[in-house]
Amino acid sequence: MSKNTAPLAAFADALLKPGGPVPAGIIAACEPPLASRFDVYRNNVFASLIDALKDSFPVVERLLGASYFRALAREFIIAYPPASPVLLEYGAGFAAFLENFKPLEDMPWLADTARLERAWLSAYHAADENPLGTQDFAAIAPAQIPHIRLTLHPSARLLRSFWPIATIWRANQDGATQGEIDLDAGGEDVLIVRPQSEVVLHTLPEGSHPFINALINGADLTSAHKAASAQNDAFDLSLNLAHLIAGGAFVTISHPSRKRSEQ
Amino acid sequence: MTLSVAPIVADGSDPVPAQAGIGLKAQHYLEIIETRPPLGWFEAHPENYMGAGGPPHQYLTAIRELYPLSLHGVGMALGGDEALDKNHLNRFRALVERYEPGLVSEHLAWCRRGGVYYNDLLPAPYTEAVLDTLTGHIDQMQSALGRTILVENPSTYVTFDDSYIPETEFLAEAAKRTGCGLLLDVNNVYVSGVNQGFDPYAYIDAFPVEAVGEIHLAGHLEEIRIPGGRLLIDDHGSDIIEDVWALYAHALARTGPVPTLIERDNNIPALGELLAEAARADEIMLGSKQQMRAS
Repeated sequence: MSKNTAPLAAFADALLKPGGPVPAGIIAACEPPLASRFDVYRNNVFASLIDALKDSFPVVERLLGASYFRALAREFIIAYPPASPVLLEYGAGFAAFLENFKPLEDMPWLADTARLERAWLSAYHAADENPLGTQDFAAIAPAQIPHIRLTLHPSARLLRSFWPIATIWRANQDGATQGEIDLDAGGEDVLIVRPQSEVVLHTLPEGSHPFINALINGADLTSAHKAASAQNDAFDLSLNLAHLIAGGAFVTISHPSRKRSEQ
Repeated sequence: MTLSVAPIVADGSDPVPAQAGIGLKAQHYLEIIETRPPLGWFEAHPENYMGAGGPPHQYLTAIRELYPLSLHGVGMALGGDEALDKNHLNRFRALVERYEPGLVSEHLAWCRRGGVYYNDLLPAPYTEAVLDTLTGHIDQMQSALGRTILVENPSTYVTFDDSYIPETEFLAEAAKRTGCGLLLDVNNVYVSGVNQGFDPYAYIDAFPVEAVGEIHLAGHLEEIRIPGGRLLIDDHGSDIIEDVWALYAHALARTGPVPTLIERDNNIPALGELLAEAARADEIMLGSKQQMRAS
């Protein structure tokens, strides 16, 4: 072990302990006292990570208020500090943390709102790929259509909630005009896609969630349609497909002849 | 004075010119692309561009086509006592290959330990043992990226009991052993000087100027002023103060013209304000050049 191991270990251990003692091994040549100096590092760590969470969860921050959010973010940072310097990936466990945070039991929609924001951010940073257009589908032989399999855009994120999370999210964007939200109006299924540079939230009609979910899991169009109809017997396949294609949700079509194996 | 945008070499990395540059912020992406302000170069934090795709890459690509670029890492923990994060090194290399920056820099600091990333530039003791670890890390990063890097002097608030090598000597030795260049952050010298009670001018005079490949200028925050002591915080959140401009002129007299970054990470102002600071840095640089010629 190198000579410097001990002081850095003590330094690191003390960083996430607000109000704790100053670690051994450090000194100050002059006033102000050591405690105020070490607190600069502690404050930098917390302030910068709180800012990172604020940037990733602006709607949750707005719903909780700035000071409550800061206090909550501190708790989260202490419990689940980041492991990587790529902070755009930090906060994956924030929704689950909110879900289990007792004082917020009366806001049960908050965790799924955080999941939506997390999904939005990961769609924003997802790989770029050109989505298919209507012309790509027009080229398919009609007899093959029931058997095609579709790959979703790398930015596509599918969510299902007991709460109207897309409505909550939209109502908390700058310039939103929505007034009161009826939280008992029922849950929402959401697809997030960023076909080019803009992330778009789609509130899905009934049956669309199991349909897209089946496609994600590699089902062909016939099986995906069956999954959708099991939830909504009035599920309109061509209308749903048209919406998804217009939304840039797909990037590849595989035809039955190119299928790797039978399911 | 007016400066034109430096000519861009069609292939490979454009050298970052000995002019002022600005830290690239998302708030300014559109304005930069639409107005193409006359400026030598931009500097970006690679950690913000380590997502797979999306608008950050689209904007950086567009801006890279217009200006030379410097990548300034904050997450490598060169000054730490643990092995470098290989995954992070790979992602850094991918960015260098994609954007072909004219300069790549990191810090004499650490930020990660025991699987936790602290997102701050933390201090290291200056000992022979730490120097060995640091130079090993610099060698590793330089060979992973296939190029030399610049290493920046930190802002510090404390020092270590067993630290015995002066920072300027420590950096000089690291540069000598690894062939890396140095990034002289003049605001950090000022901040550490006040915090640690040393003369910033003497520090600049002792700095190995022959290794300096870039200078940083920034604002800071006066946190505590009590009898017998002040504590400054390097928050990059305000305008560059007059004392730091004066120290910059003093540094330039030793280094000669060198790429100089206006570094702003908090309270981001309108692009115009940063361009005005960049123009001031360019003027001081021009003055130092004329002075050097005259002498």
